[in-house]
Amino acid sequence: MTEKKFMAGNEAIAEAAVQAGCRCYFGYPITPQNEIGEYMSWRLPQVGGCYLQAESEVASIYMVFGAAGAGTRVMTSSSSPGISLMQEGISYIAAAELPCVIVNMMRAGPGLGGIQPSQSDYFQATKGGGHGDYHMLVLAPHTAQEAVNLTMLAFDLADKYRNPVMILGDGNIGQMMEPVEFKSPEKPFVARKEWIVTGAKNRPRNIIKTLFLDPVILEKRNLAMGAKLREAVKNEVRFEPYMIEDADIVIAAYGTVARIAKTAIKILREKGLKVGLLRPISLYPFPYQAFAQTAERVKSILVVEMSLGQMVEDVKLAVCGKSRVHFYCRVGGMVPSYDEIVAEVEKIAKEVK
Amino acid sequence: MEMEMVSGRPKTLLPVPTHYCPGCGHGVIHRLVAEVIDGLGIREKTVVVAPVGCAVLLYNYFDVDAYEAAHGRAPAIATGCKRVNPELVVFTYQGDGDFAAIGTAEAVHVAARGEKITTIFVNNAVYGMTGGQMAPTTLLGQKTTTTTSGRASETAGFPIRMSEMIATLPGAAYVARVSVSSPKNVAQAKMAVRKAFETQIKGLGYSLVEFLSQCPTNWHMTPVESVRWVEEQMVPYYPLGELKVPKEEY
Ligand SMILES: Cc1ncc(C[n+]2csc(CCOP(=O)(O)OP(=O)(O)O)c2C)c(N)n1
Ligand code: SF4
Repeated sequence: MTEKKFMAGNEAIAEAAVQAGCRCYFGYPITPQNEIGEYMSWRLPQVGGCYLQAESEVASIYMVFGAAGAGTRVMTSSSSPGISLMQEGISYIAAAELPCVIVNMMRAGPGLGGIQPSQSDYFQATKGGGHGDYHMLVLAPHTAQEAVNLTMLAFDLADKYRNPVMILGDGNIGQMMEPVEFKSPEKPFVARKEWIVTGAKNRPRNIIKTLFLDPVILEKRNLAMGAKLREAVKNEVRFEPYMIEDADIVIAAYGTVARIAKTAIKILREKGLKVGLLRPISLYPFPYQAFAQTAERVKSILVVEMSLGQMVEDVKLAVCGKSRVHFYCRVGGMVPSYDEIVAEVEKIAKEVK
Repeated sequence: MEMEMVSGRPKTLLPVPTHYCPGCGHGVIHRLVAEVIDGLGIREKTVVVAPVGCAVLLYNYFDVDAYEAAHGRAPAIATGCKRVNPELVVFTYQGDGDFAAIGTAEAVHVAARGEKITTIFVNNAVYGMTGGQMAPTTLLGQKTTTTTSGRASETAGFPIRMSEMIATLPGAAYVARVSVSSPKNVAQAKMAVRKAFETQIKGLGYSLVEFLSQCPTNWHMTPVESVRWVEEQMVPYYPLGELKVPKEEY
């Protein structure tokens, strides 16, 4: 079971989901994540699961709603335009407190945009996206192996918090071939789901709903959701500090960009510059504290994103003016090279001197 | 044959007053569906997906497990549920805005897939819950709050016959249009609902029962007038009867 397999990120995510007990997948084709649905279409029947190609992402997300409400581990995947179509459903899923996993392999937008990698759905993923007060938990892998581990974790977190969890990647993460291993958890997490819809046999009926016309009741529910999310904020912050102990300059990046930043850091260190990386793994909850602590010691933080500047707002919020926050981006499907990051850091280093 | 209630409240309906207006078709339709569920003895394995519309609160009345959908998405939710638990009897209950406008894609594709679920489609030719705006099923010339001088095809298009459309799909096994405008029609309606559920239970495919239903409130009529309006205005455009029955019945 633990021998290494050479797999593309998308397929690795699909296999990880199956091994995490996912038994239903609903989706609609869109590049660059088609391999997930294609893999599920033959893999799920092998384990007695259900793969269904829906008529749209709108239908997909409500099929997820139905299957999650029926008590199974369920997943959908898409890319930016399709994820936009799902926003209504994600809001309903959050409101009904249904556990599910949603993969977004981001492509450049807005609109139809392009099919090349992007990180321009950060706001949509981490701040709500649909209407109403809610958050998904958002995990951002930077390697295929991490995609496997985080996908497995995502199903546990979804069950634990009864909340949708998003795996946020991009075309690079999805297409990259890497050796991966699937380690099933020693103690698989089994959630008690007494609220599911299975037919009202020998028990009062269960109702999965989101309409609460009495504001007194809805406020209670909203506050309970707030409390639940605060609990997740307390327990589920994940990040990787990479060579930051002695760093004078810290790069902040996630996913594909973080990978590239690691290469840049090697080059910069060879040039004698002390540079590190603080890599958020959970984008919601965001590692505010880790950045705040870094800002106590480090004067310059360089945020690199494939967006016009989205995560940088959270970094600024975290450092609260204590260090200078620089920003570098490539957008529209262009991926920053390590040379560009090296040059950007050298520029900052000169300014500091 | 199993025991069936002929009078009195069906077991599947909870003993609570409903929020429907006097003379509204929803209440009668609820009762018919509940009687069929009782008759088939399937209450404990039945799941209803409520729509957005006047019937959004129907889970307050039906003593079965339930989902409340977003506007138009009930067939997708029913699909997700049924695929997880094929032994359940799953039905959606949807108005004409829900089924024939915002949810048309889901309505067509649940039938195209031959999903083994049942839809109770309540066509009252208006948007009831939001105050009587034009529905996709509003008749030509019919006055609503958004067609104040009557629906004109030049600007508002033509009323849509969902049952005829769905009946063309191979995945749809049973399709019928019924009304609750007379005791005879009520009896036929009940038979249609029963056949629709049986179609699902036998695994023959998708089943749809379209009810022509009264909305006295937004039609600005008395209950008696609205029943007459169904027969005189709606039935000529939306003919009653079975449009499709499962092959095994031929
Ligand atoms: C996405 C969305 N759009 C609009 C609405 C508002 N809305 C609520 S009910 C309804 C129409 C319902 O009409 P119909 O389906 O015919 O059912 P009826 O009330 O007549 O039984 C609308 C437009 C909504 N809840 N959600
Ligand atoms: S508004 Fe019309 S459809 Fe709604 S409850 Fe009243 S009569 Fe029935």
